[in-house]
Amino acid sequence: MPERRKVVIVGSGPAGLTAAIYAARAQLEPLVIEGEPSSNSDQPGGQLMLTTEVENYPGFVDGVMGPELMGIMRAQAVRFGAELRTAKVSRLELSSQPFSAWIGDPDADEPTVLADSLIIATGARSLMLGCPNEERLLGYGVSTCATCDGFFFREHEIGVVGGGDTALEEALFLTRFATKVIVIHRRDELRASKFMQERAFNNPKIEFLWNTVVVDVLGDTKVSGIRVEDTVTGETSELPITGLFVAIGHEPNSSLLKGQLELRENGYVQTVGGTSKTSVDGVFACGDVQDDSYRQAITSAGSGCMAAIDAERWLEELGE
Amino acid sequence: MSLDLSDKGDIMSEKIATLSDATFDEHVKASDVPVLVDFWAEWCGPCKMITPVLEEIAEEQAGKIEIMKLNIDDNLEITRRFDVMSIPTLILFKDGEPVSRLIGAKPKGQLLEEISPYL
Repeated sequence: MPERRKVVIVGSGPAGLTAAIYAARAQLEPLVIEGEPSSNSDQPGGQLMLTTEVENYPGFVDGVMGPELMGIMRAQAVRFGAELRTAKVSRLELSSQPFSAWIGDPDADEPTVLADSLIIATGARSLMLGCPNEERLLGYGVSTCATCDGFFFREHEIGVVGGGDTALEEALFLTRFATKVIVIHRRDELRASKFMQERAFNNPKIEFLWNTVVVDVLGDTKVSGIRVEDTVTGETSELPITGLFVAIGHEPNSSLLKGQLELRENGYVQTVGGTSKTSVDGVFACGDVQDDSYRQAITSAGSGCMAAIDAERWLEELGE
Repeated sequence: MSLDLSDKGDIMSEKIATLSDATFDEHVKASDVPVLVDFWAEWCGPCKMITPVLEEIAEEQAGKIEIMKLNIDDNLEITRRFDVMSIPTLILFKDGEPVSRLIGAKPKGQLLEEISPYL
């Protein structure tokens, strides 16, 4: 028989772990299926595991390292009795309650765990460019993690693709190592916050290449350049850089949910206004998997708290 | 083979020994079993994620494989020799020669799949 839990939380970023802290304190003995190690998807600790300094998380006057913050949240969840399992959910079945979750073989007859209520906190992942040679050169000059790989680009000239906060954060971080960082953006203005824009514009090592998309990554065994296209004139040219960091946005980790609960057109989970409730009774969503607007560690944590409280109330009503 | 297990307090376990520029050749070439070298650094989040996985593998596959760590901050020579440009990078050495390379944090199952043909 599969084990049965009152609350199962899928994902372990700020949303999942905050939900775990609240659910554990409500004595719901939550099981957190935290994900498996990865450098670019739904890994334990979430996207903050790929960042350095987090300066805007309240409570840390001098900032805190992303992985350290997640270590603290995890320890806090464990302290109150949450159980964390380093595994990835391979299949969910939401058509009947208790809900079923599979770890490992998704075709196994029996699910791994049955959940009276389910909290989806699977987050979002970085988008890749999808151009030729990008994947082949990943780890050989192409990177999705500036903090992991910036060190290897001392005295290099490198590019960062994207125009949001993440792109500028990475560009600014990379100026510690690189002699020049070229921010390549498909439009002629940035989506990033004014604060980050100002910092980037004032940094003498950062240059901007506007109205430009990357169409190919060049290089035999490591990156030697990129081919770019001007989106206004359609002209292509080559840019001799030795590193390319991709920060063009995110997509939600919602593929397990397709066809089972209401997703918005862009794949994000639809929640009922002002709550964490999804279109399926007893299934709650929090963090980046349902948020295509704010996407901050603190809003994720806040929505994780909401999900745990919503689940607790729902279980209480169920029991009555 | 005896290894120096003492360390400066880095995340390290008794199952995973520490390599340096100075000791790399000696240990990797002398090993009777394949050696999986974890190129890592303190500031790398995904490196921390795979540490428990590597510890498990080291324990379960004891005698069949040695798992060792090389801090890239302190050991640039070996890091450059193998053109490591992203961490975590895991390189599997057999008879002192690199036979397989894994870039980025990977789940345990995928790591085992990658190294098992060489064990």
